[in-house]
Amino acid sequence: MTRSCPACGSPVSPADGFCEGCGRDLLVARPDWEAAVRERAATLKCESCGSAGFSLDGYCETCGTRAPSPRDHLEFAVGPVAGVTDRGRRGHTNEDAMAIATVRQPGSDWDATGYAVAVVCDGISTARRPETASLAAVEAGIEAIVAGLRSGEAAEAATRAGVSEAVAAVRELATHADRNNPPSCTFVSAVASEDLITVGWLGDSRAYWLDSEGGSACLTSDDSWAAHVIAAGVVTPEQAYADVRAHTLVRWIGADAPDVEPRVRSFRPAGPGVVLVCSDGLWNYLPGAGQLASEAMPQAATDPMGAARSLTRFALDAGGRDNITVVVVPVPPDRSPR
Amino acid sequence: MTEFSLQMFQNEYLPEGSREVNAIVTVSAAGANGAAAGTGGGSSEIIMIDCSSSMNYPRDKIEAAKRATLAAIDVLRDGVHFAVISGTDLAELVYPRSGQLVELTPRTRAAARAAVHQLVARGGTAIGRWLALANRLFATRPDDIRHGLLLTDGKNEHEQPHELDATLAACHGVFTCDCRGVGTDWQVAELRKISTALLGSVEIVAEPAGLEADFRAITRAAMSKAVGNVALRLWTPKGAELRFLKQVAPTVLDLTGRRTVPDPGKPLVGEYPTGSWGEESRDYHLCVDVRPGQVGDEMLAARVSLVGPDGTVFGQGLIRAVWTDDTALSTRINKEVAHYSGQAELADAIQQGLEARRTGDVETATAKLGRAVQLAAQSGHGDTARLLAKVVDVVDERSGTVRLRPGVAAVDEMTLDTRSTRTARVRET
Repeated sequence: MTRSCPACGSPVSPADGFCEGCGRDLLVARPDWEAAVRERAATLKCESCGSAGFSLDGYCETCGTRAPSPRDHLEFAVGPVAGVTDRGRRGHTNEDAMAIATVRQPGSDWDATGYAVAVVCDGISTARRPETASLAAVEAGIEAIVAGLRSGEAAEAATRAGVSEAVAAVRELATHADRNNPPSCTFVSAVASEDLITVGWLGDSRAYWLDSEGGSACLTSDDSWAAHVIAAGVVTPEQAYADVRAHTLVRWIGADAPDVEPRVRSFRPAGPGVVLVCSDGLWNYLPGAGQLASEAMPQAATDPMGAARSLTRFALDAGGRDNITVVVVPVPPDRSPR
Repeated sequence: MTEFSLQMFQNEYLPEGSREVNAIVTVSAAGANGAAAGTGGGSSEIIMIDCSSSMNYPRDKIEAAKRATLAAIDVLRDGVHFAVISGTDLAELVYPRSGQLVELTPRTRAAARAAVHQLVARGGTAIGRWLALANRLFATRPDDIRHGLLLTDGKNEHEQPHELDATLAACHGVFTCDCRGVGTDWQVAELRKISTALLGSVEIVAEPAGLEADFRAITRAAMSKAVGNVALRLWTPKGAELRFLKQVAPTVLDLTGRRTVPDPGKPLVGEYPTGSWGEESRDYHLCVDVRPGQVGDEMLAARVSLVGPDGTVFGQGLIRAVWTDDTALSTRINKEVAHYSGQAELADAIQQGLEARRTGDVETATAKLGRAVQLAAQSGHGDTARLLAKVVDVVDERSGTVRLRPGVAAVDEMTLDTRSTRTARVRET
């Protein structure tokens, strides 16, 4: 059962939390955003003329087209979890961000996935530098959630710690210059273990449970004006969503946010399925859990990356008006194919 | 040290399918103290005085020209390299006799003054030959800021237009030249061709007595220049087409046809001459057609830099195009672009209106000068409005309704013509 440390090659055992040789974390696996951005940047070509030369000020040296950002399309995979984030067709930048990770129990098999974790944040485009808010929030959020789970905290407590770190990180971005409109974003996280799914959120990014047995459901409820007035029984859903204020957020993460207490909810699935974590760039086109399930299942359970890509493609083909982020977490994570 | 700054004014938002990108580039130079303050080259100055026979009629023309030349020599700094040319159907080097530019010292200043006193008016007019001699003399001082001052009182009668054109082409990039016409027997279009080619000004000095103060002012301005041979460098994307690049303030000067490609390996980069700079600010209007984009696309339509003769980049700015389906953005009119489009149209309307008036095309003249009256009023260009009112009777300036005036004085027409390229700056609102 002994293996070599993936970082330094020292022999390590499944019971080790960290490598004795170099200190590498042997329980947590998490794709590195910066590395993914660097890797993609090296392969970028001009979307208009195909040439690879870009000026330092960010334009194609040949045809002047704005250089694509590596962030326009990124794909992450770790263990059974896969995610895609895409700029969409209408926006100039991708203001969404995602982070995924797995946390193994000490002593468990090398390939076991104790917990699968996903965080998606959607930068609020009317705020300043929204793309910095979403990135800071996913990074701080997943780091705290993973640290909590690793030290044996329950998923709900780890989720609350994650939101609270994300809130702190985004607040830190605010400067005097943008005090009236500081960087802001939504937040949704999902922690999946063998038999329990825990979601936490602020805003209108969503988590869904999808299965092939008719049990699909949206696990979050939007912190939007429409959702609030519908919940209050004031108007019908049709009336609410026809209103110009429908998508106005009533809660979010940002230095100007009045209420940053997340809603956290746990759910025990009756059988196998997937957790889908996404931004409104996807669910605007497929709002119903049943619609999503019939689009994504059964592929999502066995090919999460394929499903994340084809859901992204669906949103792009439908118009891609917003940034699209889709993360697929098969449940139970441990028994999913790699 | 001269510090340049570039500022861009544009509405970068375009509706889908649109391809025309407009921008005003304001270039400001600060901290200039004349070339003597710098460490590089110095300055050279050549004064070209018309000494054709007509300068004797009336007699005070040649005497005023001599006094003005002496005044200009007095303003030149010690250390400047200079010469004085007497222009007829030939070009004669009045001072120095050595055949090359001489450094200004107390001794050479006195000698030059003595030589100017001896000037006599006798002969014809071949301006290209005066310029050709100046060009040969300036060629020996390639690192200097080189400036010419040319005075004439008549038409360029003793050489063919193509000879003058060839000489002007040879002078490109060697020196800049301000041109003055004394009296009313010279042709504005002819002198404007020279001043435009040599990136200088053209003005009428109707009364010979006015020459002295004018020469002093021109020479002072020349002495205040700190950097010479400055160019606007333009990168435009492959497939883009430059509609025009014009200086639009303080005067209109079309640079579109002056493109050179400094590096054949980089055909997307062109340079346009701007002459020499003191402490001043100029505005340029750039209009480029790019490949039309789709909603959401962003393109760099032009990268504008200001470069010195050795390739030093003094400053840079970006002109962008962003396609949007938000009409509130794409229909926004940029104040600076609109203003200078109007000022360029004003200059064209005056020149075309006066030309039509000369050829007896009353209908065109009335329409063009009427439009000019309207544009001058709209842009608050009071100087031009007053000059127009000497050529036409203004019935209603808002609608541009005018009647041509009979018996307009030549001086009023020529003043309006030469001043037509002077623009008003954007009014602060």
